Amino acid sequence: MVDTIVFVICAVICLTGAIGVIAARNPVHSALMLVMTLFGIAVLFIAQEAHFLAAVQVIVYAGAIVVLFLFVIMLLGVDVATDLELGKLRGQKTAAAGFAVVALAVVGYLIVNVDTTRTGVQSQGGVIDNVTPNVDLLAESLFDQYVYAFELTSVLLVVAVIGAVVLSRRHPPLDTDSAEASN
Amino acid sequence: MSGDPLLRGTIDFVDVLVVLFKVGIAFGFLLVATMFMVWFERKLISDMQNRIGPNVAGPWGILQTLADGLKFFFKEDLRPREADSLVFRLAPYLSVVTAFVAFAIVPVGGVFKDGDPTSGTVSLFGKETYLQVADPPMGILLLLAASSIAVYGIMLAGWSSGSKYPLLGAVRASAQAISYEAALGMAVVAVVIAAGSLSTHDIVAAQSGGYRSWYWFATGLIPFVVFFIAATAELNRPPFDLVEAEQELVGGFHTEYSSIRFAMFFLAEFMNVITMSAIMVTLFFGGPAGPIFFGLDWLFPTLWFFGKVLVFLFVFVWFRATLPRLRYDQLMNLGWKVLIPVMLGWLLVYRAIVLWRDDKIDPIPTIIVGSIIAIVCTALLTAAFSAGDRAFERENTPSDREGS
Repeated sequence: MVDTIVFVICAVICLTGAIGVIAARNPVHSALMLVMTLFGIAVLFIAQEAHFLAAVQVIVYAGAIVVLFLFVIMLLGVDVATDLELGKLRGQKTAAAGFAVVALAVVGYLIVNVDTTRTGVQSQGGVIDNVTPNVDLLAESLFDQYVYAFELTSVLLVVAVIGAVVLSRRHPPLDTDSAEASN
Repeated sequence: MSGDPLLRGTIDFVDVLVVLFKVGIAFGFLLVATMFMVWFERKLISDMQNRIGPNVAGPWGILQTLADGLKFFFKEDLRPREADSLVFRLAPYLSVVTAFVAFAIVPVGGVFKDGDPTSGTVSLFGKETYLQVADPPMGILLLLAASSIAVYGIMLAGWSSGSKYPLLGAVRASAQAISYEAALGMAVVAVVIAAGSLSTHDIVAAQSGGYRSWYWFATGLIPFVVFFIAATAELNRPPFDLVEAEQELVGGFHTEYSSIRFAMFFLAEFMNVITMSAIMVTLFFGGPAGPIFFGLDWLFPTLWFFGKVLVFLFVFVWFRATLPRLRYDQLMNLGWKVLIPVMLGWLLVYRAIVLWRDDKIDPIPTIIVGSIIAIVCTALLTAAFSAGDRAFERENTPSDREGS
């Protein structure tokens, strides 16, 4: 009962946020709506007893990633409500409508054909047992079971960061001759 | 895995009342403590600067903050024409609410025993409960979450003012907060590793049993110092108050705020000082631990706790009276090039020492390999820093390059 109420409230918050992201005229408002969605999802994590994931969701997504979005929006000065010109991609609207229809069809099929609805109840498939803390379980899978995949992913991220720095860096002209001459 | 005994089993009406009571007490306490803190800071800094300070309202001027607060209520609430009205009104609430939330995880009393989940409880209305608003399993992460949301308050306040100095102040503030949050988080990691739990109740319980069982070696040396510096920066307290550097930015992110909205930022700032002090006591100094006299075990832990918090409040004011403000590049260098590498290195060294003590590793090869790795890493880091410095010099030397 409580689970369902929590789920419904969170679902409303998430969906309002998600619609707000694309509907808001102002990019900063969009970013704030995104934060709202992330919070809704964090509460859903808590409802599933995934406390650690909920905290990380807020710290990493809301606390770091959206803050970076806001940084970019503010510093690039695109924070004015602009009438974004749609339709720069040819056939974009048609394709979007097509995909939307397909997605809705899939959702509708699932609603009609899955006999037991499990919306808002606790996960049945996991190994969470309310005794071992979340962190221990996560650490076991990340640093024990899937340690190579984890390490490879982290290397990939480091490579991506360094690549971004190298590519975006503008080298000042290294005209040592003229610099020495001017001295 | 323990959790508050109040919330185990079935929850009846009295349980709800107890929770509401605790929330109300914490809320009221924080408001009063903030008033006290403002007065304390003004009075103390006056003494340090050889002045008198507030002395008119009430005995020793103790009601000065109340008078100021009332005055804020009756001032005109200005809103700039260029301001984004929705976000402008939202921002102060984001600051205040997060300041309240972080305090919820601090245990303020109770007698703790290591390894005993029923310790640290008090009796409220015939129910055993922890003397803290909440003991969530993610515990101390709630502090990091709250401080990362607090960035929004500052950032949006600056942006939505529609004015240039607040925007500059806000960008500075958020860059500073994000940079020091990394160091802050890693200092917390050291505590969590030492105590073996994220829950603040368990962290305090692990430190119970006298000052000798506080983790002097594991967290007392480097993590505490790093946490203290990072917390000061996170609070935008001097010497890290570049956010509201009057000489450069008028008033920083809240330049355009007036009346009660400004008061809310002010409240949040001082409330965060109290919360951070309480968190430091919890993480590093055993929370409510201390000797108990006359068998008054419901009173003395709380007294010890607030005594320890008061020491930190004093030190924060002392900082403000003593230290000059850092320059912006010094701030960033300290955060990224000193605190974070030091903290990462300490975590590795500490774990190695613990494994060595438990005879899990052979010391000689570990020391040899570890030293080689340390030397290589230090060399790489130094090379990176000097390359950065050279690039900085090159870009900032005045030359006639523009002509060519």
